[in-house]
Amino acid sequence: MNDLLVLLPPWFDPILGVLIIPLVAAAILALLPGYRISALLNIAASFGSLACAVTLLFQRPPSHELLFIDDFNIVFILLNTFIGFTTSAFSASYIAHELEIGRLTAGHLRFYHAMFQLMLFGMNLALLANNIGLMWVAVELATLTTVLMVGIYRTHEALEAAWKYFILGSVGIALALFGTILVYLAARPVIGEGMDAMVWTVLVERAHEFDPSLLNIAFIFLLLGYGTKVGLAPLHAWLPDAHAEGPTPISAVLSGLLLNVALYALLRFKMLIAANALAIAPGPLLIGLGLLSLIFAGFMLYRRRDIKRMFAYSSIEHMGIIVFAFGMAGPLGNLAGLLQMTMHSLTKSAIFFTVGHVAQVKGSQRLADMGGLTTSHPFLGWLLVAGVAAIVGLPPFGVFTSEFLVVTTTFAREPVLAVVFIFGLLLAFGALWLRLTEVAFGEVKGPTPPVRASYLPVIAHLSLVLAAGIWLPPPLVAWFQHVAALLG
Amino acid sequence: MTGIDFDIAHMLAGFLVLLSFLMLYQVRLLPLLNVLAAHAFVLSLSVAWQAYIQHAPHLYITAGIALVFKAILVPWALRRMVIRMGIHREIETVFSIGLTMLAGMALVALSLEVMLPLTAKAEPVVREDIALALSVVLIGLLVMVTRRNAVSQVVGFMSLENGINLAATGARGMPLVVEISVAFSVLIAFIVIGIFLFRIRERFDTVDVGALDEFRGGQR
Repeated sequence: MNDLLVLLPPWFDPILGVLIIPLVAAAILALLPGYRISALLNIAASFGSLACAVTLLFQRPPSHELLFIDDFNIVFILLNTFIGFTTSAFSASYIAHELEIGRLTAGHLRFYHAMFQLMLFGMNLALLANNIGLMWVAVELATLTTVLMVGIYRTHEALEAAWKYFILGSVGIALALFGTILVYLAARPVIGEGMDAMVWTVLVERAHEFDPSLLNIAFIFLLLGYGTKVGLAPLHAWLPDAHAEGPTPISAVLSGLLLNVALYALLRFKMLIAANALAIAPGPLLIGLGLLSLIFAGFMLYRRRDIKRMFAYSSIEHMGIIVFAFGMAGPLGNLAGLLQMTMHSLTKSAIFFTVGHVAQVKGSQRLADMGGLTTSHPFLGWLLVAGVAAIVGLPPFGVFTSEFLVVTTTFAREPVLAVVFIFGLLLAFGALWLRLTEVAFGEVKGPTPPVRASYLPVIAHLSLVLAAGIWLPPPLVAWFQHVAALLG
Repeated sequence: MTGIDFDIAHMLAGFLVLLSFLMLYQVRLLPLLNVLAAHAFVLSLSVAWQAYIQHAPHLYITAGIALVFKAILVPWALRRMVIRMGIHREIETVFSIGLTMLAGMALVALSLEVMLPLTAKAEPVVREDIALALSVVLIGLLVMVTRRNAVSQVVGFMSLENGINLAATGARGMPLVVEISVAFSVLIAFIVIGIFLFRIRERFDTVDVGALDEFRGGQR
């Protein structure tokens, strides 16, 4: 691979590639009329970003005042571009159906494709930003584009969901900005005025000199602000609506990517707090919010009647698990958190891909209209079964590995918390399994037209999750362990 | 910097807090929009003053945005919408005004209590500005929580955002302030256009967010 890199022109900068490709693609897609060619271009551009992200593994440019790449964010850049690519492939077959039944028009699709690339740009920028102000602007951009796409069907419910998401998301990012300003205020007496006091690599080096009390209050605001975007209970109100009412490819990237990006921003600030010995330990806060989200979502799962809404609550549950794991911290806790973030992204987006096709086949998202899927559409049905088996944490899938890690590390340190945590896991397991048996097995309900689905993205995601559950390559484990140590 | 510089900065920031309180008890939409315009106007004065005393000319851009966009354009657009929708005579509030005002006072006390000891080491102009800015942010949140109407929620959000602008300009030498205020303006423009589209497309009989919740009804 290193030999191949020599072939690249010297001016080639993969960091810029990850950013410029989606941006240029968004501009072109906004102008292209035909939907077939746009869908293809969308896939091509997403693949281009993925290719640039992969080159970053081998050739890491030096960090810059605005952009940088380190061992932590490269994991997410790869994940982001990979799921962006698979989603664009799924989206191509999904929108063809939506166009056929007239839910979307060609004009909508032009907008949709442009927004899709713009959203990927926003998320990549947030992940690559070395400047906490720039990171904030990028998260805002990603939020705005997803708001516009959630409302794309223009129905009552879609507009309401978009509005709710918009207002809550705006309040969230406003609070996050206040926290960012407080971090700058804490840094200024040490680093001095100007750009340096917002550059993350500079901040983290000198965080031990900052005023701890200012950092504490800043972290509270950042937790509330970015926590809203992560979808932690009780700040989650926007999440189920936004997932249920938007196009399914957007539900997949919301759960798989955007929640991760917000959590990534939060983790960056957690690293900052961890670097200051006198500041509060973020652990208890994260553990509390994590458990609350887990248990709350666990109970809410039982009352769902809409399939996409149900999996949205499952995302809240998983964000709870992840935040809990990072709250337990330590090498094992952080490792479990990182692994769970990766596994959840892959699995949940795969589930949304299948759910998207299921909902198109049945012409409805109501659980009551679905049944006997493994009989009527065996392949689709069994893929859904596999996806749900993976997300509830059954072995041999990767989610099992990470949840097992969380449980063991918690048992070793806080047995009581571990009991509560396992209770939450079982709660969600019961709810999802109950619904799955109705949808996948039993008598066939609803229409059973033949399905034209793109199975490849689902299979790719689930086999990665399966592979991770069976055997994680040692270099990958070492990598994750190194990042876990960085997280403190 | 001299004492009078601080005093003027504090006076303007304090004036913003006062205007935030005015928002809390405006139950009619049109007067509420007037208060919003005054709020943004005072913010632009405050930002311009910071630009002057910090010798930071780029902050004049932020002040200009606050003046033109937030004090004139947005209130004007919202006023037209409110009149066209015929909701300018409506009276709306969720909690009693007395309780809301008390809650507002508690929030100001809270932010002073939290921020003043924390920023004890910072220079005085910063510490009080940040404390007052936090008060404005929290009262903005209170407005958003207590109102049901989409337009008054936007007013609450804008006052919240004004508080953040106050904090950002008060923090000496903070980079990207102008960029951030532009980003926020884009956000607000989207919100306003959003309300406008909601109505234009006549998907809803009302922009009352509470009514939207009811519409969603028992189907899930």
